[in-house]
Amino acid sequence: MSLHPDLTRLIFGRLTWHEFLPEPIVVGTFIVVALGGLVLMGVITYYKLWGYLWHEWFTSIDHKKIGIMYIILGLVMLLRGFADAVMMRAQQAIAFGHTQGYLPPDHYDQIFTAHGVIMIFFVAMPLVTGMMNFVMPLQIGARDVAFPFLNNFSFWMTVSGAVLVMMSLFIGEFARTGWLAYPPLSGIAASPDAGVDYYIWALQIAGVGTLLSGVNLLTTIIKMRAPGMTLMRMPVFTWTALCTNVLIVAAFPVLTAALAMLALDRYAGTNFFTTVLGGNMMMYVNLIWIWGHPEVYILILPAFGIFSEVTATFSRKRLFGYASMVYATVVITVLSYLVWLHHFFTMGSGASVNSFFGITTMIISIPTGAKIFNWLFTMYRGSITFEVPMLWTVGFIVTFAIGGMTGVLLAVPPADFSLHNSLFLIAHFHNVIIGGVLFGLFAGLNYWFPKAFGFKLDPFWGKCSFWFWLVGFYFAFMPLYALGLMGVTRRLSHFDDPSLQIWFEIAAFGAFLILLGILCMLIQFAVSFIRREQLRDVTGDPWNGRTLEWSTSSPPPKYNFAFTPLVHEGDAWWQMKQHHYQRPLGGFIPIHMPKNTGAGIILGGISTVFGFAMIWYMWPLAIISFVALLATAIGHTFNYHRDYYLSAEEVAKVEASRTELLAHV
Amino acid sequence: MSMKTFRRLLLLGLFPLTGCHTVLMAPSGDLAIQQRNLIIDSLILMLLIVVPVIVMALLFAWHYRAGNKKASYDPDWDHSTMLELLIWSAPLLIIIALGALTWVSTHKLDPFRPLDRIAAGRPVPADAKPLQVDVVALDWKWLFIYPEQNIAVVNELAAPVDRPIQFHITASTVMNSFFIPALAGQIYAMPGMETQLQAVINKPGEFNGFSANFSGDGFSHMNFVFHGLSEDAFAQWVQKAKAGGGELSRDEYVKLAAPSEQVPVHYYAGVAPNLFMAIMGNCVPEGSACMNNKAAAPAGGEEGAAVPAHGADSMAAMPMAHP
Repeated sequence: MSLHPDLTRLIFGRLTWHEFLPEPIVVGTFIVVALGGLVLMGVITYYKLWGYLWHEWFTSIDHKKIGIMYIILGLVMLLRGFADAVMMRAQQAIAFGHTQGYLPPDHYDQIFTAHGVIMIFFVAMPLVTGMMNFVMPLQIGARDVAFPFLNNFSFWMTVSGAVLVMMSLFIGEFARTGWLAYPPLSGIAASPDAGVDYYIWALQIAGVGTLLSGVNLLTTIIKMRAPGMTLMRMPVFTWTALCTNVLIVAAFPVLTAALAMLALDRYAGTNFFTTVLGGNMMMYVNLIWIWGHPEVYILILPAFGIFSEVTATFSRKRLFGYASMVYATVVITVLSYLVWLHHFFTMGSGASVNSFFGITTMIISIPTGAKIFNWLFTMYRGSITFEVPMLWTVGFIVTFAIGGMTGVLLAVPPADFSLHNSLFLIAHFHNVIIGGVLFGLFAGLNYWFPKAFGFKLDPFWGKCSFWFWLVGFYFAFMPLYALGLMGVTRRLSHFDDPSLQIWFEIAAFGAFLILLGILCMLIQFAVSFIRREQLRDVTGDPWNGRTLEWSTSSPPPKYNFAFTPLVHEGDAWWQMKQHHYQRPLGGFIPIHMPKNTGAGIILGGISTVFGFAMIWYMWPLAIISFVALLATAIGHTFNYHRDYYLSAEEVAKVEASRTELLAHV
Repeated sequence: MSMKTFRRLLLLGLFPLTGCHTVLMAPSGDLAIQQRNLIIDSLILMLLIVVPVIVMALLFAWHYRAGNKKASYDPDWDHSTMLELLIWSAPLLIIIALGALTWVSTHKLDPFRPLDRIAAGRPVPADAKPLQVDVVALDWKWLFIYPEQNIAVVNELAAPVDRPIQFHITASTVMNSFFIPALAGQIYAMPGMETQLQAVINKPGEFNGFSANFSGDGFSHMNFVFHGLSEDAFAQWVQKAKAGGGELSRDEYVKLAAPSEQVPVHYYAGVAPNLFMAIMGNCVPEGSACMNNKAAAPAGGEEGAAVPAHGADSMAAMPMAHP
């Protein structure tokens, strides 16, 4: 190093060689990831796919492709989040008595923090957003979302956040605070290193994407529904997407503000959440849960929507109680803002405050219960086929009923004094997030996959995946309920009482079964791709669907619908089929389309650099990248070549090829 | 069948494998026992609706499978006012019952509320004076100060059976949660603030206590033993502590408060005056200014003066910066 130390410090901030790959486990992971990455890059280069990826995917402003990319991001991050889960289960299964396990506390603490952050922000959120992005415009008969470029930009900001979290694995460390980073533990005094800063900047950058995507999808639903599709004729999934995006727009700014204040405390020495100079950590806890509780409804509502679509389709019956389903969704949306304090009854609020929040929490179970009954009565007098999405749905109803019950139990404040922060709580929220959100997303994945790619997913491996996940879930989390009742708290990396060990071993076995479930899902994707000709669906409507997305081809053309559909009733496509709808074969007109742009991925890339510079105190780089960010964003506004017309002849050509395919059905 | 028998049956039915290890289901303190009963009563109420839902889900899914030719199929049946009334009102009724139970029990079992009984049917004697214990969560050990006895103990706690205990709880740097499952529910320990717990232990024995809120690297070993003792044994225990060692002076506290893990039990035969208030005021070192409240200055000040009134519904643990 010939550079002057001061200069080194100016350029590289607090980043030194010591921060790279600090531990053998991490080195091993890095080697595997690096090799995997090299192989992937090699394959892409060998098959000359870079141009294809860039032009057809990375720069695409097509909501369907962006939706698919979100889902791929979510699935990739699921593997990382699950690897963390396996490491925790392994540590807790062996670290008893004199055995300290294989993870020192400072590493274990990063793992449970990263697991929570990744699973919520970079698995569940991208999967939910991807699902809404892909399905909702098709369901309302729209050609794209309201702001197609913004959509691409939102996606790349989410990727940028995910990249920062992944970088923390190899450069420096991640937060060791738990996934919500409560101060004072996340303050500069207790956590002086870069971990919490990775946390803050990853979430802030991804949060920009989430918020803008919320605005985008909300506008789309309000403004771009096909003529005749009144609010009460919208498919239930679109309704849940509407409510979820209302929640996103209202809740995420609170997270942004809370993290901004935490960042100011850490960077600028302010005292919002310290114990001195009038600061108070309880404000952070309140703020983070004012975002955090709506967040769980942001995740679960679209899952509820998916179950509604799936149950009606595979029971071959109208959804029972459409109106009460809608009202239940809206009631949940409103109530989700009135319950946040139930996450910290133990912080010392008065009895009346605690009871108020306990009771509002319980009230949410009324519309939720009504929803479950509606699904049950949709099956009632139906003709049910147990395709993979329906299996996930039945598995969900049974599992979620248990998770809902333990949730209401935790809402009783005196019961919570005993169960708060225990493994009972861990079991509860995995019960509703796996049994609710994830099961719903997997149902949706199997349900809409043929729409996205033109062939179904292989049902055999899909069923294997379902059963491993379901049984694995019960093995992994029922022991945690029992352990919670034994008074075992969360986030422990070591136990003294050897009698507990058997329960953790059972839980670890459950995690192993879930691993098989995930492997089956990956095999399912591979097998389905190989067998795609046998699994091909040319009708565009493989499940005899009820809503508009099934009226177009699979995969849908760029423009989704050659003519905007006219809606006369709910279950629009089902009604069209009942009335022997004829596809128009002529009279096409040119279609106004948006053009691809690389601005989104470039802005996302610069944001990653900016975040990294802020994390490591590289001030010159931070300033440069921030200026570059602004310049690129402003520069993009001068791009006037944003749209084009797809000529009537081309539309006619696309539609004619579909006509030919349909003729062979 | 009385509620009590019903509870026992449910206990047997629900947790056959867990047996006596489930401390929450077989606690030894009156508060924890009432919390246990509440957990079971709430579960019974909810099972009234959850069991039918699970049965219906499996039954409907099986009976209305496409292959079952005997099942009726009615593709356009999607509404029934009677049924919809029922599916909204059934959960509503359960929640009304549970809500009432919640309101009453939350007030009755509020950790700040002085006890009115030491066990079922045994009111607190009129002349009983609660045992005072000041609890400080340190990185990563527990400090218990007994102001009456003028002793302090690290990582060990004791109290006489059937005597109400009043815990005043705070923390030195980060947030923890003070939890002895056999005794009573937990409450957060937060720096600069005081929370309280009123509890009573009804059986002699050794019980586990720990922090139930993650607080950093040493968190996993932040355990202590809580001894439920007879009056005599408690007096002996206090004597043992008195004989144990030096005084917990302010300097000694500063040394103790430095981060350390797996700290053995240690007794102090005396405690610097107003130490607990100084800890809350972040002004233990001699001469340092208290950030929270003038009343907590080392020179004196009333115990509890810095604690905002825990009135009917005020946030108990309000910022200490309040005048």
